[in-house]
Amino acid sequence: MISRSEILETNEMIEKENLDVRTITMGISLLDCIDSDVKVMCDKIHRKIVRLAGKLVETGDEIGREYGIPVVNKRISVTPIGIIGAAACRTEEDFVTVAKELDAVAKEVGVNFLGGFSAVVAKGMTASDELLMRSIPKALAVTERVCSSVNVGSTRTGINMDAVRIMGETVVKTAELTKDADSIGCAKLVIFCNAPDDNPFMAGAFHGVTEADAVINVGVSGPGVVKKALEAVRGESFEVLCETIKKTAFKITRVGQLVAKRASEMLGVPFGIVDLSLAPTPAVGDSVAEILQEIGLEYPGAPGTTAALALLNDQVKKGGVMASSYVGGLSGAFIPVSEDQGMIDAVNAGCLTLEKLEAMTCVCSVGLDMIAVPGDTSAATISGIIADEMAIGMVNQKTTAVRLIPVIGKKVGDQAEFGGLLGYAPIMPVNRFDCSEFIGRTGRIPAPIHSFKN
Amino acid sequence: MKKAIITVVGKDRVGITARVCTYLAERQINILDISQTIVGGYFNMMMVVDVSGATNNFDGIANELKEVGKGIDCIIRIQLEDIFDMMHRI
Repeated sequence: MISRSEILETNEMIEKENLDVRTITMGISLLDCIDSDVKVMCDKIHRKIVRLAGKLVETGDEIGREYGIPVVNKRISVTPIGIIGAAACRTEEDFVTVAKELDAVAKEVGVNFLGGFSAVVAKGMTASDELLMRSIPKALAVTERVCSSVNVGSTRTGINMDAVRIMGETVVKTAELTKDADSIGCAKLVIFCNAPDDNPFMAGAFHGVTEADAVINVGVSGPGVVKKALEAVRGESFEVLCETIKKTAFKITRVGQLVAKRASEMLGVPFGIVDLSLAPTPAVGDSVAEILQEIGLEYPGAPGTTAALALLNDQVKKGGVMASSYVGGLSGAFIPVSEDQGMIDAVNAGCLTLEKLEAMTCVCSVGLDMIAVPGDTSAATISGIIADEMAIGMVNQKTTAVRLIPVIGKKVGDQAEFGGLLGYAPIMPVNRFDCSEFIGRTGRIPAPIHSFKN
Repeated sequence: MKKAIITVVGKDRVGITARVCTYLAERQINILDISQTIVGGYFNMMMVVDVSGATNNFDGIANELKEVGKGIDCIIRIQLEDIFDMMHRI
């Protein structure tokens, strides 16, 4: 029998410590929607998404009410459109048409984001992939809910530097086309190395070609719960610290597993994975930065930050893995700047720099995430930052990503406002030295020696 | 059997348990276990109930309990038991 203290503990996590299910994401394969006619293809995509995800939002809300836990976001990820549109799309405008269709269907079924306006070009680009990449600025400017990602490298294939160069330009153009809203288009664009096929979190979610026709992936959250648990063990040894994180991560993940199973049952769609990531929001007490502070840092960015984050990330995985039958996605700690009040404070205090964030990405689950940089940052510089981050992922056999926002018209000291879950961000300084000759080289960086495992 | 947990929290007064139990009886919801304490003047009750024979759906019960709570200045929640089982039992 469940005890009174256990009931209280669960409900306090939900009510006071912001425990929630961050997202139920339905992955939908669009491979059977391929057609040589754009209009026919768009119709097929529309029908399939409505058929499978028509009840997604309603179901998510119902599960939330049954268990008394908020299911914050209901979302959809689809097969990379670079593949789906290959037969039909002959111009950038064709891809923009597809993006509009995806936006319309996202609105129709009521999901707040739909991911998969993507290309997977880790080794080479097809003509279609390149067209899609060049269509991203316009696609993100004219749509509201479509998210885009491009995988430009992997441990097995190396880094496609041509794609890195194009994506630097794409980020800048996306920023320009959405400059009236603090370049928010870039908040919906992620550049990956080793992108997972089953990531439920936006903006980088897409439904990989290795996946089934449809699948339910769930992302939980709960930085506030971890922080609260750590408050009780201040000054204790690393053993106690790690055990506490592990146990808490287990409890949080169990909720994700329960919700994922229930959603899968109710929607008649197989359960895919639970993503263990600790995902912060701008809300007070829902911050990964605050966990790092609770571990013993004045601010994230202080010496010791990388070690503390490594420890946190590892313990979250160790606790979470046993709690779910299938773990996947990104699974670690997210360190976005704009979506985490503690990170914003650390930047404003002068403690956290872009370079330190880059170091932190070596040991956490994602990468340089939601970082606002000056609007006059060049495409080559952005490509350089992307290349660095991709190299970290490639060599360390982990996912890394870049979601940088060059905020047009703003400079260091200003602030970008994105609103909602995306929060706001102080503009961070970028190293101004030039890398354009490096980025100007064509071709790809070969796969690292340790990828040859056969 | 479909078990749910009801929690009732509010300032103590006469008739809270009676009001909640009357509602549950009206809806054919069987009480399996009940425990209650008062800490610092605050009433705190937890019930394990079986909703499988209930004459309303889960959403409806949750809303009606909320209303019952308003009438007696309490916050009443109902949640399926699975969330507690999953979190606290391996």
